[in-house]
Amino acid sequence: MLVKIKVNGKLIQDDVQPQTLLLDWLRDRGCYSVKRGCDTANCGLCTVLRDGTPILSCSTLTVRCDGREITTLEGLQKEAGEFGMFMAKQGAEQCGFCSPGFIMNVLAMEKELVNPSDDEIRAYLAGNLCRCSGYMSQMRAIKAYLSRGENHE
Amino acid sequence: MLRIMNYASPESLDEAYALLTKNKKNMILGGMIWLKMEDIQIPTAIDLSKLGLDQIEEDDAEFKIGAMVTLRQLETHQAFNEATCYVFRDAVKDIVGVQLRNLATVGGSIYSRFSFSDVICSLLCLECDVQTHKHGRISLEEFVSLPYEKDIVEYIYVKKTNLLSAFVSVRRSATDLSVLNASCTKYADHYRFCFGARPAIAKVYNCDLDHIDLDVYCADNMRGSKEYRKKLVEGLTQKLLRKVESYVG
Repeated sequence: MLVKIKVNGKLIQDDVQPQTLLLDWLRDRGCYSVKRGCDTANCGLCTVLRDGTPILSCSTLTVRCDGREITTLEGLQKEAGEFGMFMAKQGAEQCGFCSPGFIMNVLAMEKELVNPSDDEIRAYLAGNLCRCSGYMSQMRAIKAYLSRGENHE
Repeated sequence: MLRIMNYASPESLDEAYALLTKNKKNMILGGMIWLKMEDIQIPTAIDLSKLGLDQIEEDDAEFKIGAMVTLRQLETHQAFNEATCYVFRDAVKDIVGVQLRNLATVGGSIYSRFSFSDVICSLLCLECDVQTHKHGRISLEEFVSLPYEKDIVEYIYVKKTNLLSAFVSVRRSATDLSVLNASCTKYADHYRFCFGARPAIAKVYNCDLDHIDLDVYCADNMRGSKEYRKKLVEGLTQKLLRKVESYVG
C-alpha cells in the first residue's frame, strides 16, 4: 500500500506491506533510536511522536500513519541534547538502553503538562521502564530540566 | 507473527460490516496492542479510522463516545470525568503508560471483553450503553454477557446521572493487570457494585444501602488465589464505600 509519511520533517513515499509495524519501518529508514525492548507494549523504548502525540511504534501499523507526521529522537537532537545534559549531571543514564524512548516521552510530557507534580510526572512516565536507575536520578533530572528557566529570574 | 493480507479503510459502517462478515477471519483493528502479539493471518484487516468515530460528543442527557476514541482522550476529557466522578480516569491511569493509552481504543477494549478489563469494570457501574452494528443500542451489562460474534462496536453512551461513583483496583506491581478491580455507584435506594478480574469479566452486584451482602464469584489464576480475591472483595468494598460516601469532587 502506498503511503506518504513525514518523518522528522522529510516527506517519505513508500509502498509498505499492511502488517509492517512503524518501529521496523522507521529503523529501515535509519531511525535507529527507535528500538524494540519488550515486544509486549510495556517498556516504552519504541516511543515516537505521531502528530506530536507519544505512541508506541511497536504497536502501530505503518499504514495507519499515512498522511501523518512522525518524530523520532533523530528529529529532536537539540531538545534531546539539552535534556541529556540534565540527565548526565544527575548520573541518571546508566546503561542508556531505555533513554531514547524515555527522552521522547519526557519531551512530550513537557508539552502536555503544565507544572506537573511528582505524582503527575511518575504517572506520565509509568510506561517507560528502566532496569538500572530506580528512577530517582531521572526524577531529579526531569525536575531540574522543567524548572531550568526559573533559575535565571 | 501477525500477517495481514489486505488492509481496508471503509467509508461507512455498512461497508465495514460487509467486509467483516465476508470472511470469518476478517477483523476490525482497534488499538492493535494485543493483536500485534498474536500469531495469526488476517485476510482483511478493517480500519475504522476514516469514519469519524474518534469524537466525544455531549448533550444535556449523555455523552456519546465514538468507538475509536482512545483511552487517553477519554481519561483527559474534563467534562466527562467531572460528570462521572473520575471513575474512568481512575480505572485507566495504571494501564501501562500514556503512549499505550494514546493507541488503545474504548471500542476495542469493550468489544474484546477481556476478563481483566479495567475499562469495562469502570463503565459498568455507570449507566452505560453500547451501540453495535448488529444489536443496535443495548446496555453494556447486556453486551458483556453476549457471546463473541461478528459485530462492530460503534458508539458508547454514558448517561449523566449526578450519582456518586468510584473505582478501585489491586495490582501486584504498578502498570500490571489488576488482581481484582471494582467499582460502585450509589443510588437512592441501593448500591451498584461491579467486580472484575475475578479473574472472570466484570459483573454487576446490586445490594441495599443498609444490607451489603456480596457473594462475588472468584477463582484462581497466576495473579492471585480465589481465597485472596475473596478477601480483596471485602477490602475493596470498604474502600469503595468510603469513596462514594465522602466524595467531594
